[in-house]
Amino acid sequence: MCTYTTVKDAMDGSAKGPGGAWFHVSDVTVYFDHPVHAMAEHTLNIDFADPSKGPSARVALELTAESARRLVAAIQEALAAVPAELTA
Amino acid sequence: MNDSLSAVTVRITGHDGDEIEAYLARPQGEERRGGVVVIHHMPGYDRATKEIARRFAELGYDAICPNLYFREAPGAAPDDAAAVARASGGVPDERLLGDVAGAAAHLRALPSSNGRVGVIGYCSGGRQSVLAACNLDMDAAVDCYGAFVTGNPPEGFPLQVVNLVDQLPRLRTPLLGLFGTEDKFPGPEQVAELEQILTANGKDFEFHSYEGAGHAFFSVDRPSYNVAAANDGWERIAAFYAKHLGA
Repeated sequence: MCTYTTVKDAMDGSAKGPGGAWFHVSDVTVYFDHPVHAMAEHTLNIDFADPSKGPSARVALELTAESARRLVAAIQEALAAVPAELTA
Repeated sequence: MNDSLSAVTVRITGHDGDEIEAYLARPQGEERRGGVVVIHHMPGYDRATKEIARRFAELGYDAICPNLYFREAPGAAPDDAAAVARASGGVPDERLLGDVAGAAAHLRALPSSNGRVGVIGYCSGGRQSVLAACNLDMDAAVDCYGAFVTGNPPEGFPLQVVNLVDQLPRLRTPLLGLFGTEDKFPGPEQVAELEQILTANGKDFEFHSYEGAGHAFFSVDRPSYNVAAANDGWERIAAFYAKHLGA
């Protein structure tokens, strides 16, 4: 099925993208839909992008639902493990 | 049988007079023939969709696939272009209609055209194929598992998609619908609703729902590919277009 479901948010960070070059990430798009590459019918897809640098300024992730949940847990665990003043 | 063909990238005039890119595949030879507008799926103007256009040329049609994401991402890789299009809310229906009308006009202007042009779309393009058949001068339409022809998008839906229920009474062409019984969007109940509406309005349609097939069963490069459904589906499409486009 095509879920079409799409969540967008602003980001501030960096990603290593096409040609091995780093770029500033300003936007993230998250959606659960058909992957381009992953061998699954549906995946949780994340696009980290800088639209001002054109369509190719993008790092794409396609994760199974289980992998995506583990990623969320890992991020929360990593953030929780450091003193609050560092992540304020 | 002559299966020689050529395929090239061309520029066509789309919605609002915009110049957009399109992929044109044509059989060799000067005989008169019908045309097919191929509407790509949500993942974009990709290799697999261009293969579909070439297959229609091999079947004897002039086939064209407009790049619906050309405005957002000219020259970009198909997956990057699809990501940009998704992030910007998808393709508005009005723009889609202008682009398909431009593609159909391009086909009809070819010296080989017999004047008849069909449309086919996959995934989001399935809905757009029906949309085109309700609003444009087309001769036959194929809907391959298009979601939201009937049924309602979920609450808080970010893309600009509405169902086509209010437009179906003005469907102008015969419609071939190909679906998988395991699909959820469109699920069997949405296909049944579409069938009921078309029947009530006296429309000419033919539906096939394949047991065990899910969404995107024609996608040869995805795990959803279903050989039996895709093989039978291609035969149905060939017969349907032979009847209505006069190849």
